[in-house]
Amino acid sequence: MNPRRTFLILIPYLWLLALFLVPFGIVFKISLSDTALAIPPYLPTLDLSTGWAGFREFLSELDFENYVWLTEDDLYWKAYLSSLQIAVFSTVLTLLVGFPIAYGMANAPDQWRPTLMMLVILPFWTSFLIRVYAWMGILSTEGFLNQFLLWTGIIAEPLTILNTNTAVYIGIVYTYLPFMILPIYATLEKLDASLLEAAEDLGCSRTSAFWLVTIPLSRPGVIAGCFLVFIPALGEFVIPSLLGGSGTLMIGKVLWEEFFSNRDWPVASAVAVVLLLLLIVPIILFQKHQEKQQEAEQ
Amino acid sequence: MSDPAPATGTGPSEFAPWKDPDAQPLIQFRNVTKRFGDFTAIDDLTVDIYAREFFALLGPSGCGKTTLMRMLGGFETPTEGTILLDGQDIGPVPPNRRAVNMMFQSYALFPHLTVRENIAFGLKRDKLPKDRIDARVEEMLRLVQLQKFASRKPHQISGGQRQRVALARSLAKAPKLLLLDEPLGALDKKLRTETQFELMEIQEKTGTTFVIVTHDQEEAMTVASRIAVMDHGRMVQVDTPDRIYETPNTTYVADFIGDVNLIEGNAAAHHEDGKVEIHWREGEPPIVGTPMGEVPDGTRCTFAIRPEKVAISKDHPEGSSNIVHGKVLDIAYLGNMSTYHVELPTGVIIKAQLANNRRIARRNITWEDEVWLSWTETAGVVLTG
Ligand SMILES: Nc1ncnc2c1ncn2[C@@H]1O[C@H](COP(=O)(O)OP(=O)(O)O)[C@@H](O)[C@H]1O
Ligand SMILES: [Mg+2]
Repeated sequence: MNPRRTFLILIPYLWLLALFLVPFGIVFKISLSDTALAIPPYLPTLDLSTGWAGFREFLSELDFENYVWLTEDDLYWKAYLSSLQIAVFSTVLTLLVGFPIAYGMANAPDQWRPTLMMLVILPFWTSFLIRVYAWMGILSTEGFLNQFLLWTGIIAEPLTILNTNTAVYIGIVYTYLPFMILPIYATLEKLDASLLEAAEDLGCSRTSAFWLVTIPLSRPGVIAGCFLVFIPALGEFVIPSLLGGSGTLMIGKVLWEEFFSNRDWPVASAVAVVLLLLLIVPIILFQKHQEKQQEAEQ
Repeated sequence: MSDPAPATGTGPSEFAPWKDPDAQPLIQFRNVTKRFGDFTAIDDLTVDIYAREFFALLGPSGCGKTTLMRMLGGFETPTEGTILLDGQDIGPVPPNRRAVNMMFQSYALFPHLTVRENIAFGLKRDKLPKDRIDARVEEMLRLVQLQKFASRKPHQISGGQRQRVALARSLAKAPKLLLLDEPLGALDKKLRTETQFELMEIQEKTGTTFVIVTHDQEEAMTVASRIAVMDHGRMVQVDTPDRIYETPNTTYVADFIGDVNLIEGNAAAHHEDGKVEIHWREGEPPIVGTPMGEVPDGTRCTFAIRPEKVAISKDHPEGSSNIVHGKVLDIAYLGNMSTYHVELPTGVIIKAQLANNRRIARRNITWEDEVWLSWTETAGVVLTG
């Protein structure tokens, strides 16, 4: 192999090392440590000046205590489970909202498509936090939504939406919708219109052609979209903190509280490592799916 | 260009329902016009197609062939006029309720289904019992010789096999009418010729009426019972392959099918047997040809003659009419035959074709040779259109 190619292959590995493996190594190390009233708030810390003996002692002080702790306090597994539930449910919701939008875009006249695409991406141009705060303004008891519904007379009492799981679902669906729409749109747009004509020619109604041809052929986009929503939603922290209530239990929030309220970095790190392990499963599945997809297209 | 031998009839017992005034056509186009915006894709078309015909639509790209097929399939509705199938107006009938199946130009195979599932797709829509579907699919697989590939996906088979799957899928429902839109366009020459014969065989076996689109005139000549030559949304001539070749009704048709010499001139001096003299150059004797229609004296007309009907020799041929003298400008060697480009003193170039039944060294005509060209009075046609 020539040096230039070696160098080119090295770049992504260095990138991975610097931005993923090293931070992960640090977090993993903290998760094996003990809390301490110190800066940083854990022990042991590695002191290279003590040499080999010091390093051995450092290693001997690391243990899996914090992981054991995670299994003892049911807060954690409940939080994982509840996160999983919220992530799955909001992924399904996002799919139900996103698919029709993507379908509409793919079937819109050619000259409209760039504009529609623009509208989908447009929200990314403002800060995510500002948009979530805007939802607080919309969903609160005196918010725009309630005012509007009261004004139309549909409801007599304001609805409590903010600080409930409903608000979290709304927030997640809103935030991650483009990640669902774009891959589905990409597959639907590629779909050869003559396939639908062929289906009709062979006796399908429009509706059955949709179910027998459009849906199966949009599957790669649907799967990609679901992963792209599910993976970040599982560890989501900002949305449940700002829109969710005290009853909203999500692992991202637990993590935040362990780090900043309890200042228990080792336990927080253990929570983070387990979350990562949980995420690795869908991420690997997603990678496999993408590879298979690419092979099929060749 | 090799020269398509004009096919003669369709077999010993002549099949020619279009000659029979009592025959009921399967498809009737009645003054059908199709416009896209202010562009007219099909222009006031009237034609009858009969059951068991192998009807070929031939014409340059953009002349409306696909549009015509799509109207038959139900994917486009005529702007004006009606299309009858078995005497019934099919205008309001949606594609899924027509006894018509289409083999798409792109094949349009379902990529997520196997070969077998693709073929079964239409049968399943009819809610037939499973064993009947299976039997029919097996029959179709055997017909197109794809049994071994039944569980492959379309992207796992070759282009030729895909085309056969598409054919099997469109035949599976035993439609009254099968539409084939440039079915062999993606195949190489050899596979194409084989498939043409396969198509004809299948058509004979199943008795289905085929309408085929092609822009390959040889293909049309080979497979069709009748050919419609199209130009700008009109059918210029609808006739059997041999008549299209031998007696084109316009220079457009003559020029479109095969190689042809076209000589313009003025008609004069009708002979008693209907032949006409064409004065085409000062100082040259007139050409005598057979007119295809009324050619009054003095009309501007075109004399069309196929290169293989022009004889070439070094010695003055016998006879008195249709003999010209010139010099060999170029020789195109085509293997089985050679085309000689002969320049007359007036500058006109006439092509003559000669079968190469002698070896090259034995042939005596070469570049720059002075030669005589001649043809009989019935060899060429006189066209006014
Ligand atoms: N849906 C359509 N909208 C506008 N113009 C069309 C449409 N379909 C076909 N045409 C036009 O009609 C003409 C005939 O097209 P087509 O039937 O596809 O030709 P062919 O198959 O003979 O090449 C072309 O000029 C094409 O641009
Ligand atoms: Mg076409």
